[in-house]
Amino acid sequence: MGSTASLPTFKDGTYRDDFSFKNSPETVLRAPFPFDKDEYMYAVNMELHKDGRKGTAYEQPIDVDEHYVAEMRDRALVLDEDPLRCQSQPHMEMAGWDTLELLMECKAASYPEAFSLERDGDQWHWINRPMGIDQRFTFGDATTLPYGPFEYITRQAQGDFVVLDERHGNLWMDAGMVTTQADWSLDFDIGMNFFEWHAPVPLAHEKGIFTRALKYLLAVQQANPARRLNWTMTVNPRLDTSPENYHQWGPENTHITPENVADKLFLRIELQSFWRLPRSNAILFPIRCYLLSMRDLSTVPKWATRMHRVLKSLPPELSTYKGLDNFRGTAIDWLSQFDDGSPTSSGPFPD
Amino acid sequence: MSTHAAIDVIVSDVVEVNSLIKRFHFKRSDGGYLPAFSGGAHIVIEMQDGDHIRRTPYSLMSSPLDTSDYQCSIRRDDEGRGGSLYMHREVKPGMAMKISPPANLFPLDLRARKHLMIAGGIGITPFLAQTSQLERTGGHYELHYGVRSAELGAYLDVLGDRLQHRLHTYFDDQKQSMDFDALLSTQPAGTHLYVCGPTPMIDKVLNTARAAGWPESHIHFEHFSKAAPGEPFTAELSVSGVTVEVGRDQSLLEAIEAAGIDAPYLCRGGACGQCETRVLDYEGELLHEDHWLEDDERASGEKIMPCVSRFCGKRLVLER
Repeated sequence: MGSTASLPTFKDGTYRDDFSFKNSPETVLRAPFPFDKDEYMYAVNMELHKDGRKGTAYEQPIDVDEHYVAEMRDRALVLDEDPLRCQSQPHMEMAGWDTLELLMECKAASYPEAFSLERDGDQWHWINRPMGIDQRFTFGDATTLPYGPFEYITRQAQGDFVVLDERHGNLWMDAGMVTTQADWSLDFDIGMNFFEWHAPVPLAHEKGIFTRALKYLLAVQQANPARRLNWTMTVNPRLDTSPENYHQWGPENTHITPENVADKLFLRIELQSFWRLPRSNAILFPIRCYLLSMRDLSTVPKWATRMHRVLKSLPPELSTYKGLDNFRGTAIDWLSQFDDGSPTSSGPFPD
Repeated sequence: MSTHAAIDVIVSDVVEVNSLIKRFHFKRSDGGYLPAFSGGAHIVIEMQDGDHIRRTPYSLMSSPLDTSDYQCSIRRDDEGRGGSLYMHREVKPGMAMKISPPANLFPLDLRARKHLMIAGGIGITPFLAQTSQLERTGGHYELHYGVRSAELGAYLDVLGDRLQHRLHTYFDDQKQSMDFDALLSTQPAGTHLYVCGPTPMIDKVLNTARAAGWPESHIHFEHFSKAAPGEPFTAELSVSGVTVEVGRDQSLLEAIEAAGIDAPYLCRGGACGQCETRVLDYEGELLHEDHWLEDDERASGEKIMPCVSRFCGKRLVLER
């Protein structure tokens, strides 16, 4: 990190209706493929969020890609229909300003052609060229922005954002912008602590995963963000797979056939990072979603092979929890053509 | 986490506050702003004391809203291991030093309807930052501050100006003492209690609050105890395959670091739990000085907090 990056031409795809979302070949190759081995099990797979490999989603601390404008358009549509996707409890206002500062500073430093931030004391000037925004405001005075600070900046940043307040050795989900989620609801979880919102996850409790993960998160300090990857699968390139809209996407889980699986079924990768916020002492938890179709995966032979093996060996409880049971077999059948049984190289990156 | 990205700073001023306390001002060496922080946060100051590196935590007392410099007030401890003596004797304006980014183990609960702060002596420092913060962001609070005498009561003037009637002072030499029973039994619902000072005072406040039915979630405290000196001892580190000698004025954690081993830490005061280390074998006595381990964990002899605790005996083997 520390170097700057230029942005590709932004694409115009949709995440609903005609689902015209498509990755360019470059975007496939830079995805944070989540499997470093041929099988998957929960682990406290956290590491420091730094040393970004060039040409990958890890290169910059807050990644912006070719889908930025389209994804922000989709977020605005979700919020129009359901304003409760963005909530912030009253004591989280300071954390909102912290979030705004972090995201503006990161984007302006990483992508100076697209974003710029000038600060003169508390008089700030923010320019977001891809979205056509030019905003002067007073840092700390929410009346100088069109939305509260947290909503304002997370309408301009890909991925979901959750803010965790630290109290009494636990983390409390007290603010969030959640429109690109894998079947969970901010409105349901808001105010819960770390163990409460993870209660439905199978197997991981028995393995002591959450106790250790919480200890790790509480130790995340300023200047040392951490990250981990999570994954599931989604039918159609739909960002908003929320419980609120289950009636729209739930039935699609039965629509996968051998004929459409390559282009209709997506590996949904979450690049989760954890940042200690300075003024509020809260933890910002961005959950950035990357979608790769099975056909996208097949352009990287190692990834197709590994995806096949991971799906085949996945414990049934995890398959059910992740909602894969309706199409896992079809996906395994299609991916088997890319698996000749030979060993894969270690690590997640393409050969 | 031990992988702090240290910040290069210059000591921009040293001010004698009274006969025991000096205030140190730090600015970034590169002239920029220091990281923002929240009231109650501390930094770890790295001291090159001869061939010995000390790392000692001190609360930030300056306003979180002004990060052009950081300020810490340090009370000279003539019986300590030498960190405060080093700061008082050796640190002069213009000196280059390294500090950690801020971390906060004593934050305000921003949901509180009222913040009730109780300080004893140098325990006032986190409250100086917190009251600055609350002055700007708004918030209902009051501060009760016990000092030995007017001469040794640091920042009585600053606090008097800032807090006015919300400051309550108690002078030992005038036989004034806080009536914890009365104070803690008359607070409105939704009040959060914060206490920082000598350990006996903290214990008394906590016991009174618990007896009065305060919920644990509304009680916050910070010990400012630091690692104390003690008899030298030896520790074997099984993972690294190294044996370290811990000197009289050195903590076990410092000895581990001096051997080039990157061990986790955060508070360096036995409170946060980050440096917890497994004891694989020992013949002798573990001298626990931390506020972290539970009684049964101490009794088990399986854990030690190397930032403050020591050992006396023949053989100590740690998983590190």
